[in-house]
Amino acid sequence: MSPRRTETGGRIDRLRTIRFTFDGAPYTGHAGDTLASALLASGVTLFGRSFKYHRPRGLLAAGVEEPNALVTVLRGEVREPNIPATMVEIYDGLVAVSQNRTPSLAWDIGALNQLGGKILSAGFYYKTFMGPVIGPLKGTRFWMFCEHFIRRAAGLGKAGTAPDPARYERMNAFCDVLVVGSGPAGLMAAKAAADQGVRVILADLEAHFGGSANWSGESIDGMPAADWAQRMAAQLAGNDNVRLLPRTTVWGYYDGNTLAALERVTDHKEVAAKGEPRQRYWAIRAGKVVLATGSFERPLVFPGNDRPGVMLAHAAERYVNEYGVLPGQRVALFTNNDSAYRSAVALKKAGAAVVAIIDVRSDVSNEMRRLASDAEAELLAGHAVVATEGGKALTGLKVQRFDAVSGSLSGDERSVHADSLLMSGGWSPTIHLASQAGAKAEWDSSRQAFLPPKPTQRWIGAGAFTGSFSTAEAIAEGRAAGLQAAGGAALSAPLPVVEAVPGDPDPAPVFEIRAKGKSFVDFQHDVTAEDVRLAHREGFVSVEHLKRYTTLGMATDQGKNSNVPGLAIMAEALGKPIPEVGTTRFRPPYTAVSIGSLAAERFGDLKPERLTPMHDWHIANGARMYSAGLWYRPMIYGLPGETVEQAYVREAKATRDSAGIVDVSTLGKIAVQGPDAAEFLDRVYTNMFSTLAVGKARYGLMLREDGLAFDDGTTWRLGEQDFLMTTTTANAGKVMQHLEYFLDVIWPELKVTVTSVTDEWAGAAIGGPNARAILASCVTGTAVDNATLPFMGIVHGRIAGVPVMICRLSFSGEMAFEVYSGAGYGTRVWEALIEAGKPFGLVTYGLEALGTMRIEKGHVTGAEIDGRTTARDLHLDWMLSKKKPFIGSAMMDREGLIAPDRLELVGLIALDNRALNGGGHIVEALDEVNPHDSLGHITACCYSPALGKYIALALVKGGRARHGTRAFVSDPLRNRFGPVEIVSNHFYDPDGSRMHG
Amino acid sequence: MLITCPYCGPRDVIEFTYQGDGNRERPQPPSQDLDAWNAYVYDRLNPAGDHNEIWQHSGGCRAHLRVVRNTITHEILSTAFARGGHKSADNRAEGRS
Repeated sequence: MSPRRTETGGRIDRLRTIRFTFDGAPYTGHAGDTLASALLASGVTLFGRSFKYHRPRGLLAAGVEEPNALVTVLRGEVREPNIPATMVEIYDGLVAVSQNRTPSLAWDIGALNQLGGKILSAGFYYKTFMGPVIGPLKGTRFWMFCEHFIRRAAGLGKAGTAPDPARYERMNAFCDVLVVGSGPAGLMAAKAAADQGVRVILADLEAHFGGSANWSGESIDGMPAADWAQRMAAQLAGNDNVRLLPRTTVWGYYDGNTLAALERVTDHKEVAAKGEPRQRYWAIRAGKVVLATGSFERPLVFPGNDRPGVMLAHAAERYVNEYGVLPGQRVALFTNNDSAYRSAVALKKAGAAVVAIIDVRSDVSNEMRRLASDAEAELLAGHAVVATEGGKALTGLKVQRFDAVSGSLSGDERSVHADSLLMSGGWSPTIHLASQAGAKAEWDSSRQAFLPPKPTQRWIGAGAFTGSFSTAEAIAEGRAAGLQAAGGAALSAPLPVVEAVPGDPDPAPVFEIRAKGKSFVDFQHDVTAEDVRLAHREGFVSVEHLKRYTTLGMATDQGKNSNVPGLAIMAEALGKPIPEVGTTRFRPPYTAVSIGSLAAERFGDLKPERLTPMHDWHIANGARMYSAGLWYRPMIYGLPGETVEQAYVREAKATRDSAGIVDVSTLGKIAVQGPDAAEFLDRVYTNMFSTLAVGKARYGLMLREDGLAFDDGTTWRLGEQDFLMTTTTANAGKVMQHLEYFLDVIWPELKVTVTSVTDEWAGAAIGGPNARAILASCVTGTAVDNATLPFMGIVHGRIAGVPVMICRLSFSGEMAFEVYSGAGYGTRVWEALIEAGKPFGLVTYGLEALGTMRIEKGHVTGAEIDGRTTARDLHLDWMLSKKKPFIGSAMMDREGLIAPDRLELVGLIALDNRALNGGGHIVEALDEVNPHDSLGHITACCYSPALGKYIALALVKGGRARHGTRAFVSDPLRNRFGPVEIVSNHFYDPDGSRMHG
Repeated sequence: MLITCPYCGPRDVIEFTYQGDGNRERPQPPSQDLDAWNAYVYDRLNPAGDHNEIWQHSGGCRAHLRVVRNTITHEILSTAFARGGHKSADNRAEGRS
């Protein structure tokens, strides 16, 4: 047994020894220990180095608010930094390391920063690293130069670089009553609500339910409070309508009573059970919320208050009562309120010598005097601690007479020999969630604390959260809140009886003892009282500015300890009362949340993917796939040893020479049906569709309301009132929403329905000089000759017995046909076409060849319809009907949209016979050193087998007027410069003789 | 945020797509009044308080809803089908005051 471990007491299991390492050294603890309690029991006093000055730091707290003892936990290659040692439950094989020290905690070279403490004050970096006005390090460049070194010296733990192999889960939960916090108030609330039969969730960030009952040393209903809490939790666990979430931090309170919580499912386990995630993100939608989140004890601000061995009084009580660990053998207490006296008694009972209780108040009640004598402690009323002594552990402190009203010190300093100093600066309700929910906290001058605001959402507070610090009040308020939340009537049944040490909940309004030396307000960010005053002297009056200038409360603990003392010191400097200085609004998250838990399953294998009916065939036949949005499409069907360019050039050439086939199932397909379908399409498209004959298709263009181009595609008239619209793959969803909006909101009088049928049809486009012959050899039930199936005609027939719909239209510029069949028969039809094509040397081609042939033809796609181009820019003005209004028609002729210097679609030919790059700029005069005056940019490029050249489509100022002229491509990022010729975008077969054939 | 769809009941906001300010009035299609079109396409009210909005239940029944939402508290004050006109008469008065 270690010297600091008590013989009995606490909820640790002394029979189970757990082995772990800290900074490489082996330690042991017991089941139930945290890393903090186990190390403390082993005599460790030094837990970390401070952020800025690298001062040695020990444990300040015992819970989630711990600012000093931050560690990095290693699991294999994965490192998780900045976890409070107080929140790490030890397990066999745990590996934890300290942070912000080089080379070791005990010998830290960064501690030299302390020598420069005078100049490293608030705003030091802002002032120092504003570089000279001129020169290579002018302005902020100097800071950028120095930043690297400074970031290394100041800081927290390092994040790992290895991928996180852990699995995270997201859960949605619904309940009538969510109780946050499981102290006496939360347990009572959960029990009262559960007894009403409603659905209850009880969440607590600690591993064990009970909150303060676990360490208060009080008794409830005649049994130790910890046992009472355990019994309550066991009762709750037996209820079907109750879900208990231990190790679950409710970290966000959002609109509509939606709360976010993080459950640490297996962080405390050596090995996770099968199927268990590391952490679980809970999105909880609660009818009502009971906030029983308790309160935080505040530190006092005095010189040397950060020395290892100086600890919050309740934290010491927790270590003693919950973990059976004495923080010191000779303990002194320093307080401005009554609660520390109970701590003194607890420490004494556990075997420590309580050498002194230093109370800033001169009039200490008789009850407290009695407690001090029970603890056999010397009571120094009207005194204050003005200094602490020791290096890596406390050895003593200095005390002086103190006047709580004026804040002045008098008399001689007196030394007190102690190895532990426990402080209490009063209590601050944990109002974070209530503040997140929307309202402003209210200052209570008797409690000297911000109390929760009036609810703006459906929550009810209970216990210390409301400023009712006694357990008896917590129990009464908890039950009342639980009943109210569940909609139950008040109960007359007696409440559990509490036996507790008495005490006045109101502290003296003393936050700081002003004496010589560094007095820390924000321990984690090394902000001192003097920094706060300096900020004030330099003109920062708003609390928000103060925060940013000093970084007070901006560390990972978000000022859980430091907020109120910081404000109090600011208020004093300003000569204003605290409520006039204001408080900051708390925002989510309450504690650090892993990104993994937020992403949960929404990445990797569980990302949805859309596959065409012929997907497996493509894979089996050597296609290399592209992901396009959620779709997967063949990019090339490469032969062994072929490069991507070789493959697509071969595929495109073979198609133009004989025939090629491509899977076009991903095109958006929308059934537009109803008596007014033709009228609707006339309004939606820029060109006419009411004049389209049944059994024919037409190419259509849509604009947005603002007159810019939106989407294009063909629409087929299958019947008088039945159209099949196709859209680009990428815009299928957007076009659908566009149509639905107009039908539902703008033109509800139109009798039209639109239905997305993208997934109902499999599509194959077969094109090339032999395409018709291939079709003719396998289609039954219809002819496919020019008379039966003219350009843009539609016929119905069968392939391999499967009903198909064939439309003769062309994207490649060849004689081409789109063959649609029911999705379930897609592969069968596809295979039949491939088989029929064998005698003709039919090739399968992918997106690269498709893109190549469309560039050769100068067709536009999403790269050109980029939300900035008009129909005119794309030379599609022939499609703008003058006979009817359509969406965008009123706005498309605005001044800026018809200006002569707009970017227009052109073709480019690389004159140096080298590949062009998408995004490369076009310039009139080449200046590689200082590129300027862009005329436009390349939208798509390829090697054209038809032309034997590298070509591109581009959007260029003045477009058509530049046909036949020379310009240059200027692409400094990829170092691609060279001459190009600007030509028409119709590179290949401009009169369309091949497709009309 | 919960939006109560008249068809589907209360649903999480992730099922919905915001479709813009519900106070806009679309000019008659043949109108050549560019100011009116400009106002319709570009002008948006940005009230700190109750706002008349169009949402689509895109992850559900796909109906468009007229939602009155408080932009400060995110409270949903009312929901109704948007079908039947771009701007309802009762919102007209408060819309452009």
